Amino acid sequence: MKTELTCIICPNSCQLEIESEQTADGLPLIQNVCGAFCPKGVEYARQEILSPCRTISTSIAILHGELPLASVRLTNPIPKDRIFDAIAEIKSYVLEAPVSAGTILISQILGYNSDVIITKTVPRKSSN
Amino acid sequence: MKTPKETAHAQTKHVDVAIIGGGPAGLAAAIQLYQNGIHNIIIIEREKQLGGILRQCIHDGFGLTRFSEMLSGPEYAQAFIDQVETLGVPYLVNASVVHFSPEKHLTVVTPSGLQTWDAKAVILTTGCRERTRGALGIPGDRPVGVFTAGVAQAYINLYNRMPAKEVVILGSGDIGLIMARRLTLEGAHVQAIFEIQPYPNGLPRNIQQCANDYHIPLYLNHTVTQIHGRNRLTGVTVSQVDKDRQPIAGTDKFYPCDTLILSVGLIPENELSREAGVALDPRTNGPVVNEFYQTSLDGVFVSGNVLQVHDLVDYVSLEAERMAGNVTAYLHKGALPESSIRIVAKNSIGYTVPQRISGQSDFLLSLRVSRPLTDCRISVCQDGKEIAFRKLKKAIPAQLIQLTVSTDKLSSGHDLEVSAHEN
Repeated sequence: MKTELTCIICPNSCQLEIESEQTADGLPLIQNVCGAFCPKGVEYARQEILSPCRTISTSIAILHGELPLASVRLTNPIPKDRIFDAIAEIKSYVLEAPVSAGTILISQILGYNSDVIITKTVPRKSSN
Repeated sequence: MKTPKETAHAQTKHVDVAIIGGGPAGLAAAIQLYQNGIHNIIIIEREKQLGGILRQCIHDGFGLTRFSEMLSGPEYAQAFIDQVETLGVPYLVNASVVHFSPEKHLTVVTPSGLQTWDAKAVILTTGCRERTRGALGIPGDRPVGVFTAGVAQAYINLYNRMPAKEVVILGSGDIGLIMARRLTLEGAHVQAIFEIQPYPNGLPRNIQQCANDYHIPLYLNHTVTQIHGRNRLTGVTVSQVDKDRQPIAGTDKFYPCDTLILSVGLIPENELSREAGVALDPRTNGPVVNEFYQTSLDGVFVSGNVLQVHDLVDYVSLEAERMAGNVTAYLHKGALPESSIRIVAKNSIGYTVPQRISGQSDFLLSLRVSRPLTDCRISVCQDGKEIAFRKLKKAIPAQLIQLTVSTDKLSSGHDLEVSAHEN
C-alpha cells in the first residue's frame, strides 16, 4: 500500500511516500519511505502510519500576574486523538503568579511520556 | 525659556548603533554587535517588553535550526532576552521612534518625555504588519467580528479574550492556519479556509497539522465577496474566482458566522524608512539592500521581516547576525564597498534579497518563486553564464529559498539574473 504524507517536523514540509503492507496481526509494516530530506522525516512517517502523534500549545490562567495568561506546551507528542483531552486537563489549572518558564505544570499528561511545561515567565503584579 | 527644539537638542544622546525594534531581528543583531565589541548601542522597543511578535506565538516549531529543539515563540524570544540582560545590552521599552532622518538622527517618544538620539549606524528591525480588510476592499457592512489573524492571536494568547464562536478564515497564510487550530482548541468552530489563489499561501506542514488534522476544509480559488452584519458579523458571501481572480457569477454561497479571520499577507513596516528616504523594492515592500544588508542610505541597515517576510524566526536571527557583522565592519572602516551590480529577478522569481551586490564577497541569496514549480533549477547567471544554482524537487511561493553565491565566478560588473526553470 502506498501512502502520501506531508512531514510536519520543519518548514521543508517534505512530501513523503510510504510503502507499507498489512501484516497478519493487522498492523502496518513499513517497507520504504521516500522523499525525506532527513532521518526525522523517516521517523515521522513511521510514527504517522503506526499512531499519529502531535504536540500542542495553549495557555493557563494566572492570578495576580502581570499578564493574565502563561503559555504552556507539551514536551513530546501524544496520540492525535487525545489532544482535546489534554487541552481539557490543562485548562483545569489556574496558577497564582509568579510562574517561571520551564516549570513542569503536569508531569506525564494522560499517562504519556510527555510533560506540560510553562513557556512564559509571568511575574507577580506589584500591589501599587 | 527654551523652545522644545533646543531642549531636545540639549539632551541628544550619541551611540554607535541605534536598533529600532526589539523583536527577534533586533535582539539577535544587538547581541551579535555586543559580542563583536560594539557596546555603545541602544535597542528601542515600542512595546512594554522585548520579544516582538514571538510573545503571542505560543505554538511550537521555533528554534529547530537555531537551537536544535522545538521551542514555543515566548521561549525562543526569552533565550535572546536573557542574553541581552546577561550582557547588559542597553534597551528602552515603551519607546517609539517617531522621526528618523537620513543623518541618523532619531526622535523617540518615551513615558518620561521626548528623547533624541544620534547614531553612526541605524538598524531597522521593525518587522511587518498584517494586510487588513481595508487593503482588500471587501464590500459590505462594517460589523464587529472581522479580525486579522494576528489580532485574534493577541486576543486569545495575550489578553485572555475569546473573540469567536463560528469562524470563517480568508487566506491560507501561516498565521491564519495556526489560528484555525488555535481557535478550534479553544472551542470555536472553524467552518472553512478560503484562498483566492490556486495554491495555498502557507507551508504544507501547517496545512497538515493545523487544517487537515482538525478536518477544516481549505478551498482554493475562492474569496469572500460580501460581509454581512449590522453590529456583529452575521455571515459572509463566498464566491469562486476565475483565473484572473474575478468572482464567477452564480457560485456565491452564504456562510453564517460571527467571525472572519483574515490571513492575507504581511507587509514590511517601512513608515520610518520611507520618511528617511530609503529606497523600497515594490516586490518585497521592504528596502532595497546590498549583500551587507545596507539600504540606499549610508549606514542604515535592515534585517528580519521589515526586509523580507520570513517563514521561520530562525532565519530572521541568522539574517540579523550576518547583518550585525557588516554593521561592525562599517563602524570600523567608515564605509562598505560600493554595490553597483544589480540582481534582477527573471522567469518565475518573485523577488530576490539582496537586490544589489558589490561583487567582492560571497553572499547568501534569498528569494521566493512567483508560482509553484516542480523539478526546477534556480539559476544565477551573469553574461549568460550560470554562476550558482540550486535544484529543487518542489518550489512554492510560501517557502523562502536561499542559496550561497560565490563571487569568484563573476567575470564582469554586469547585472546578475536569477531565474527558475522546470525540467
